[in-house]
Formats: sequence, structure tokens, C-alpha cells
Amino acid sequence: MSRNFSQKWIYWLMRLTTYFVVFVVGFIVLDIVWRGAGAINVEFLFSMPRRSGAEGGIWPAIVGTLLLVAGSIVLAFPFGVATAIYLSEYAEHGRFTRTIRIATSTLAGVPSIVFGLFGLGLFVIFLKLGCSIVSGCATLACMILPTIIVSSEEALRAVPQSLREGSLALGATKWQTIWSNVLPYSIGGMLTGLILAIGRVAGETAPILLTVAAFYLPRMPRSIFDQVMALPYHLYVLATQHPDTAAVRPKAYGTALVLLLLVLGMGLTAIITRIHFRKKYKW
Amino acid sequence: MKRTWKEKLIEKSLKWTATLSIVIVICIFIFIFKEAVPFAKKPGLGELFRIRWAPVSPLRESFGILPLVTGSVLVTALAMLLTIPFGVGSAVYISEVAAPWEREILKPFIEMLAGIPSVVIGFFGLMVLVPLVKSCFGLATGLTAFSGGLLLALMAIPTVTSISEDALRSVPRSYKEASLALGASRIRTIWRVTVPAALSGITAAVMLGAGRVIGETMAVMMVTGNAAVITFWPFESVRTMTATVAAEMGEVAFGSDHYRALFCIGIILLAAAFGLNVAAQKVLGRYRMGK
Repeated sequence: MSRNFSQKWIYWLMRLTTYFVVFVVGFIVLDIVWRGAGAINVEFLFSMPRRSGAEGGIWPAIVGTLLLVAGSIVLAFPFGVATAIYLSEYAEHGRFTRTIRIATSTLAGVPSIVFGLFGLGLFVIFLKLGCSIVSGCATLACMILPTIIVSSEEALRAVPQSLREGSLALGATKWQTIWSNVLPYSIGGMLTGLILAIGRVAGETAPILLTVAAFYLPRMPRSIFDQVMALPYHLYVLATQHPDTAAVRPKAYGTALVLLLLVLGMGLTAIITRIHFRKKYKW
Repeated sequence: MKRTWKEKLIEKSLKWTATLSIVIVICIFIFIFKEAVPFAKKPGLGELFRIRWAPVSPLRESFGILPLVTGSVLVTALAMLLTIPFGVGSAVYISEVAAPWEREILKPFIEMLAGIPSVVIGFFGLMVLVPLVKSCFGLATGLTAFSGGLLLALMAIPTVTSISEDALRSVPRSYKEASLALGASRIRTIWRVTVPAALSGITAAVMLGAGRVIGETMAVMMVTGNAAVITFWPFESVRTMTATVAAEMGEVAFGSDHYRALFCIGIILLAAAFGLNVAAQKVLGRYRMGK
């Protein structure tokens, strides 16, 4: 009897721990939704900020974040997928493959602020691109490359071997097989990884702080060598750097909510994509 | 013949593309060292071991990074102290105790926490947690290492839970069945069989979580108060290495001693993250082999 009792007790303790974490996540999201919803309206979303963010909207920051996301994905996705194809379809066990894997996992573990320093050293100063959208996109692209490689490789490996064998047996070359019998079936998994990477890029602050983000720039970028505002940095500025942080609090909550919706929306899209493609192809 | 030629070309170009991540890693090391190394000549590496961080001073600048290192260590230690019980506890719950439907909901929910941007968590900390810490403990300010540790724990828990859960789940069923068949209770089986069998995976999870915590910047910068003092008391303001780089890089002159000192901090962060990552991969590798 006492054995059952202590078992129950421990189970409850673990259940409590887990649900406490769930509760905290829910609390954060609800707090931001609750207090941010009031600030959001058409003017807030689509107009320029005025008086260093105390009035007006966050339109340039939204545009900036979208530009950074698009740019970094365009740069990283082709390279990530190509690496994944190599690793999953061509690579043999050996030193070369092992080095690529070590490099990828190292890259995944580099702190974001170090990516910022790297971007500053390489793109901003050495390549003389300055604090610009190109520098920011390139830095972010390096940062999400491992995420894209890992998720694409998983997607490729999930395609059953028999599909490849069937195609090869009919006389198709290796690349023809990959192109027509492997890639189409792994696109769902790749998209899922891509969408998760988008969510991550949209929320990153430290790397763009050093390579692109403008403190306050109430206009649209003129070229890809211009600076832009970005949502996460704008939130940081409103929360801590603004001379009157109490007065801009509603704006800060609004910005936090837009950012949160963007990121969680991406996460949700990823889940839906995964379910959709899982239903479509069942092995 | 043309066909094989094309195939060869495709394979070669994919192979070259695959080297990109190696190239980036090498570039990261080169460009961070390149900007940091002149510091060793002037003012000299000894300067880094001073106990005062005062990079901008009318009298004499001092680039002692010791307060920043202790700040990072203190915040990381506090965060890990909370992360390990909560992260591993919920991993055990999700994989061993929870009903299947419960697991399907819990795991994505906790992983969602990993998706919340650190600046949003920092903002939440600043608005809700900091005033709470201040009033609960009767402090002059809530901007303390303790607040930072709490937020960082929140950011490390999903990493630790997710990887530990995978490790626990890949423990062969036969181990558990054998233990149950010998008359051990379920809790004893978890404690003496499942958890020890997954221990290397759990260790790796904790290391990766610690790597994430050390490198975290925005949340820490927003809630720890950024006072560069040497302390091991959680209810004081501290300044971490990451926050120093992020806060000061915007204001330094390129090529100045201060600028180089910040890159030196970058090397330390890179080395710490690299070390933890390699160690975690080693542990994971052993665990995969044992499977």
C-alpha cells in the first residue's frame, strides 16, 4: 500500500513540474496578448513611428523584419538543401562527411551574439558592406543554415529506399532519381524546417544589433545597402532604451504581440504543413 | 557519355556546396580572432585579468573581464539549477507517465516555448518578473542575477526536455519489461532502469541547454541590471559577457582597445559554446553506439 502511495506522490510531483512549465508558457503568451491587443490597430501596423516611437506605428520595423527574413532564407535555403542532398544521398562514411557534420552541429551551437560579431568582422568591416540589409541577411543566413540542413536531411531520409531502387532499376540515373522520386516526396518536411527557421530568424535580435538594425529610422529602406528597423530590436529599444519607457509601454506591448504572433504563427503553419504532407504521403 | 558527365558534375557541385558549413565555421574563428588578436600586443592579454571592467574612463581604462565572467557563471548556474529538475522532470513525465493524448499536447506546447523570441521573454521579464522579484524579496531593484536565471531557465527547459525525452523514449522496451517482470514497481523501474539507461542522452541535453544559456543575450541584458561587479549573491545586479558585447559594441570606435576587448569576450563565448557542444556530441555519440 505504501509503495503505491509513494508512487502516486512522485507521479503527482512530476505532473506538477510539467504543468508548471506549461502554465508559465501560457501565462507569458496570454499576458502579451492581453496587454498588447489594445495597442494594435491599422494605424499602429501601417504607419511610420513618430517622436522616436512614442507615437505612430511600427510599419518600417515590420517591413525590415520581413526583408531580413526573406533575404536570409533566399541565401540559406538553396545551400542548406544542397548540403542535405549531398549528406543523405551521396556521402559515404568517412572523414569528409564527419567533418561536415561536426561543422554543422558546431554552427548550431554558436551563440547568436557571436554570429553578430562574426557578421560585423566579415561583412560589415572586411567586405565593406557596412551596417546594411545585405550584411544582416548574410549573418542570419549563416545562423539558420544548420537548422535547414538538419531538417532537410531528415525529410530526405524519410523517403523509403524502395522509391529510389524502383527508379534506379528502370534505368534512371542517380540525379534523375533524386530529382523526380526523392525531392517531390521530401518537400513537405523541408518546408516544415524552413518555416521553423523563418520563425527563428524573425525573433533574433543579437546578430542584427551589430550588423543592420537601426535604432530609429522612420522611413523605408532605399536599397539593400541601407539600414532598417526590425521588430525585435524595436521592442528592445522601446522597453529599455527609450527616454520615457513608461509612456511607450503600450507601444512596446503592441510590438511584442506582433512579433509573437509572427513567430507563433510560423510555428503553427509548420505544424499544419507537417500534418498536411503526412496525410498526403503515407508509406 | 554525356549523361555520366552531367551526373559527375552534379555530384561534385553538391559536394562543394556541402563544404559551406565548414567554411563558415572556419571564417567565424578567423574573423573573431582577427579583430581580437591586436589586443594581445597593446594593451596586452594581462589587462583582461584585472578585476575591474571600466572600458570608458577619463582616468584609466580597465578591461578586466573577471566581473563579466563571474556574472555569466552566476546566471548560468542559477538557470541550470532550475532547468535540470524542471527539464528532466517533465521529460520523464512526458515519456514515462503521461497518457498518449497528453504527450501529444504537452510536447509541442513545451517546444513552443523554445520558439518565443528571447527579446519577448526579456520584455515579459522586465514587465512582470522584475517587479515581482523586487517586491517578493524586498530588494532595492528587481534587476538581479536571480531574475536573469529564472528567465534563462525558461529558455533552456524546452531544449533539455525535448532531447531528454527523446533519449528516454529510445530506451528499449525490453529493459523496462525485464525490470517490471522481476517485481520492481513502475517508479523503481523509471528510477533504476530507464533513467540510468538514458543518462548519457540526458547529460547531453543538459550540456546543450547550458550552451544555450551561456550564449543567451537579449533576455539577460534586459533583466540582470548590467552592473559589472564580482559577486556570487543571486540578488545583486550582474553583467554577463553576452550583454556587454551587445550593449557596448554599438558605441565603440572601430579598432579601439575597447572594440578589441569585446572581440576577446567573443572568443571566450565561442570557446565555451564550442566546448559544451563538442562534449555533448561526444556523449551523444557514445550513447548512439551503445544503442
